[in-house]
Amino acid sequence: MDYVVEMLKIRKEFPGVVANDDITLQLKQGEIHALLGENGAGKSTLMSILFGLYQPDQGVIKVRGQEVNIADPNVANTLGIGMVHQHFKLVHNFTVTENIMLGMEMTKGIVIDHRAAAKKIQQLSEKYGLNVDPNAKIEDISVGMQQRVEIMKMLYRDAEVLIFDEPTSVLTPQEVNDLMEIMRNLVQEGKSIILITHKLKEIKAIAHRCTVIRRGRMIGTVEVGSTSEEKMAQMMVGREISFEVEKEDREAGAVVLKVDNLSALNNRKVMGLKDFSLEVRSGEILGLAGVDGNGQNELVEVITGLRKAESGQVMLKGTDITNLSIRERIRMGMAYIPADRHKHGLILDYSIEENMILKNYNQEPYAEKGLLNQEAIQEHTGRVMAEFDVRSGQGSIALARSLSGGNQQKAIVGREIDSDPDLLIAVQPTRGLDVGAIEYIHKRIVEQRDKGKAVLLVSLELDEILSLSDRIAVITNGELIGIVEAKETNEQEIGLMMAGVQRGETA
Amino acid sequence: MKRKELGNEYTTALIAVGLGLLAGALLMLVTGNNPILGFIYLFSGGLMNIERIGNTLATATPLIFTGLSVAFAFKTGLFNIGGAGQMLIGGLCATVVGLTFAWPKPLLLPVVILAAALGGALWGLVPGLLKAKFNVHEVVCAIMMNWIAYWSVYYIIPGYFKGPYLETESRRISAAASLKVEWLTKLFNGSYINLGFFLALAVVIIIAYILDRTTLGYELKAVGFNRYASEYAGIKAERNIILSMVIAGACAGLGGASFYVGYASNMQIGVLPSQGFDGMAVSLLGANSPWGVFLAAIFFGILHSGKGFMNAMTHVPPEIADTIIATIIYFSATSVLIEKYRARIRKRRLEKGRTDLPLDTGAGLDETVGGEG
Repeated sequence: MDYVVEMLKIRKEFPGVVANDDITLQLKQGEIHALLGENGAGKSTLMSILFGLYQPDQGVIKVRGQEVNIADPNVANTLGIGMVHQHFKLVHNFTVTENIMLGMEMTKGIVIDHRAAAKKIQQLSEKYGLNVDPNAKIEDISVGMQQRVEIMKMLYRDAEVLIFDEPTSVLTPQEVNDLMEIMRNLVQEGKSIILITHKLKEIKAIAHRCTVIRRGRMIGTVEVGSTSEEKMAQMMVGREISFEVEKEDREAGAVVLKVDNLSALNNRKVMGLKDFSLEVRSGEILGLAGVDGNGQNELVEVITGLRKAESGQVMLKGTDITNLSIRERIRMGMAYIPADRHKHGLILDYSIEENMILKNYNQEPYAEKGLLNQEAIQEHTGRVMAEFDVRSGQGSIALARSLSGGNQQKAIVGREIDSDPDLLIAVQPTRGLDVGAIEYIHKRIVEQRDKGKAVLLVSLELDEILSLSDRIAVITNGELIGIVEAKETNEQEIGLMMAGVQRGETA
Repeated sequence: MKRKELGNEYTTALIAVGLGLLAGALLMLVTGNNPILGFIYLFSGGLMNIERIGNTLATATPLIFTGLSVAFAFKTGLFNIGGAGQMLIGGLCATVVGLTFAWPKPLLLPVVILAAALGGALWGLVPGLLKAKFNVHEVVCAIMMNWIAYWSVYYIIPGYFKGPYLETESRRISAAASLKVEWLTKLFNGSYINLGFFLALAVVIIIAYILDRTTLGYELKAVGFNRYASEYAGIKAERNIILSMVIAGACAGLGGASFYVGYASNMQIGVLPSQGFDGMAVSLLGANSPWGVFLAAIFFGILHSGKGFMNAMTHVPPEIADTIIATIIYFSATSVLIEKYRARIRKRRLEKGRTDLPLDTGAGLDETVGGEG
C-alpha cells in the first residue's frame, strides 16, 4: 500500500493524562481521511505531533515510507505537511498575496517581487478552483475567502498533505459546500487531506475513510461509504446517541419578550442592528439563525442591557425595559447563557461556589446585611452541581478555571436555569462541547420550554437551530430577513436566508 | 484549595526573600565583609531589644498602610501608584487639624485620624472617577495627583503653619494631636512606636474581612478578576472602581497620619514620602493579601531600622540593606519566573521514574503494524 503519512502506535503522555495511547493513523495518497472524536479525545494532540509541535513518547511517523523525526513545524513544512488552523493566522491589513508569501517572499534583487508571487497565486487559484483575488485585502474579504487564503498558503508552499482543523465551524452552509468542492479538487490533483471534525454529516458527505478516537485511544478506522452516521457516533461517544431532540408539540402562550424596531451600534460604531422586531412567547423556543457577526451579539446585548439601544424598544412581560439596568432585568426574570463563557459567563479565578452566586450574591439567603453566608452558598452550589451534573475533582471550591469546558458550560446553564427565569436567552449554548454534553444541554433547554418559559436561542450551528426551535428567525447584516416555522423549513432555505435571500425569492 | 494557593504564594515570597538575602550576602563578601556577622547585626539592629522592636514596628506602620492601599486597589484590577500623594495629603490634613484645634486628646485624635483618611480618600477618588467615567489611566492620573499633593504642601505649610525656626517645616503638633502616647513609649523604653501601629493592625483585619466575607469584597474582586463577567451579572463596575480607589486612598491617607503625626511630629516640605512607593513593593512581596502585606511591611521595617546598627558595628555600608530590599522586590516582581521554575521542578519530579522507557522500544514497532490497512 502506498501511504503518504503513517502515524504508527503513537503514544503521548502529559503529566497526569495519556492524551494519545497507541493510535495508528494511515493516510492514503489522494484520500480525504476524517479524524473523528469528541473534544478532548486527543485529535489535536495527534495532529500537533504530526505538525511537529509535540514529540511522541512512543511510536513512529513515516512520510512516503521513510521514517521521519518531525522536530518542529519547519520540518513538517519541508515534508509537505501543512495545516489550516481553526483560527486563521492572517495579517488583516495585508493583501492576499502579501499574506501568502509572508515568510518566503520571492525577491528580485533586494525588492520583493509582488508580481511573480501574484502570478503564481493566480495559477494555483485557477488550478484548484479557489477563486481568490490576489490583490484584495484580508479585511475586505469574507471568512470563507479568508479560509481559502489559508489553503492557498499551504499550496504555495507545495504542501502535499493538508490538515484541516474543524474547517466548517466558521462557514455558512453554502460556503461549506464550496469548501467541499475545493477539497474534492485538491484530492483529484493528488493532494491528501486529513479532516479533523466532530460533524458526522460532513464526514459522510466528503471523507473516504474515518479514524475514530475516544479518550486518547483509537477505536478504529472505517470506510465511510459502508458505515452509518449512527455507528460512527456510537464509536465516538461509546454509547448510543439520539440525534433527534425529543420535543412534543406545544401551543405557545403569551408574549414574554417583545423587541420593537430596535437599532444599535456595533463595536465599530456603525449600525450593527437595524430596525429589528421580534416576539418570543412563553412555551416556545425561538431560534435566531445567522452567520457570525451579523448583529446577533448586538441584539442579545441590547436585550440584556449590556449595550445601549439607539432607537426602538425592548419589552419584557409587557414592561418597557429599554432603559433598565442589567440587574433590574435579571430581577425581572431574565436569564442569559452567554456565548463566551470565559469572558462573560464565569469569573475563572473565582471558585464554583462564588460563580454560582454571581447574579444573586447580595440576596438572601446568600447574603445578609452585606455579609456572605458561606453555608447557604455551599449548599446552593452543591445542589446545582448535582442537578446539572457539574463534575469537578475538588468539589465546589475548585476554581472555575480548573473545570473542563463542558463542566464550565453546565455550571453556567445550571446557574441560569436554576434562577427560574421567564425568559432564557441562550447564545451558542453548546459551542465546543462534545456530543454527550450537547445532548444534555439541549434536553435542559427543551425542558424550560415545556415548563412554559420563553427561550431565545442564538446559534451559529444550523443543526442546533433546526432541531430545537419552534420558530426560526434569520438575521443578516443586522436586519431581520424573515421568520419561519421550524417544521416547514429546511437547511437549504435557512442557508439562503442567512446569505440574505428573502424567502420566496428563489425558484 | 484557597489555602493551598495562598501557601504557594507565600512560598514564592519566601524564595524571593531568600534570594534577596543571598544577593546581600554576596555583596558583603565582595566588599570584603563577613556576611554572617553583617546579617547578625542587621537583624539584631531591628530586633535585639524592646526599644528597637518598637522602632521596627513604628517604621513598618506607614508601610502597612501604603501596602494595604496598593493591595486593595489591585484586587479590583487597579494599580495605585498614588500612595505617596495620598499619604502626603493625609498627613497634611492631619497636621492642619492638629494645629488648628486645641481640643482634648480623646476628641481631637479621632478627628485628626478621620481627616487623614478623608484627605487620602479624596486623592484616590479623583483617579478612580476619571478611570471609571473617562477611562483615564489611573497610573498617569495618580502620578499627577502625587505632584499636586507635593506642591500643595509646599504652599500650605510655609504659608499658614510655618515653624518657629525653619521656613521649610511646620510647627510641631501638640501631644493631644499625636498618635504617640506616653504609656506606649514607656512600655517600649522610649521608642517611636505609636498608636498608628494598632490602627494599622485594625485596618488589616477590617480589609481582610471586607475582602473575604462581605458582598462588597465579592463585588470588588469580581470586577478585578473579570470586568465583563461582572457587568454581565449586573455589578456596576464603575462604582466599584471608584470605591476601590477611595478606600485605597483612605488607607494611604491613614499611613500619612501614622507618619506625620505619629512617627514624626511636624511636616517638611519638598519631600514625597518614599513609603508611598515602598507600598508597592510591600504589596508585591505580600502577594496582595492583607496579612501578607502586614508581614512584608514588618520585614521591611526590620531591614530599615537594622541597617544603621549594622553599619555602626561592621564596615558594611547601610546601602547593602537597601540593596537587599531592592533585590527582594526584583525577585518578587519576577515571581512568575520563580513559579514557572517550581512548576518545572515539580513536573520533573513527577516524570522521574517513567521517562526513558519508550523511544528505543518504539523503533521496532513499524514491522508489526506495517501490513495493516
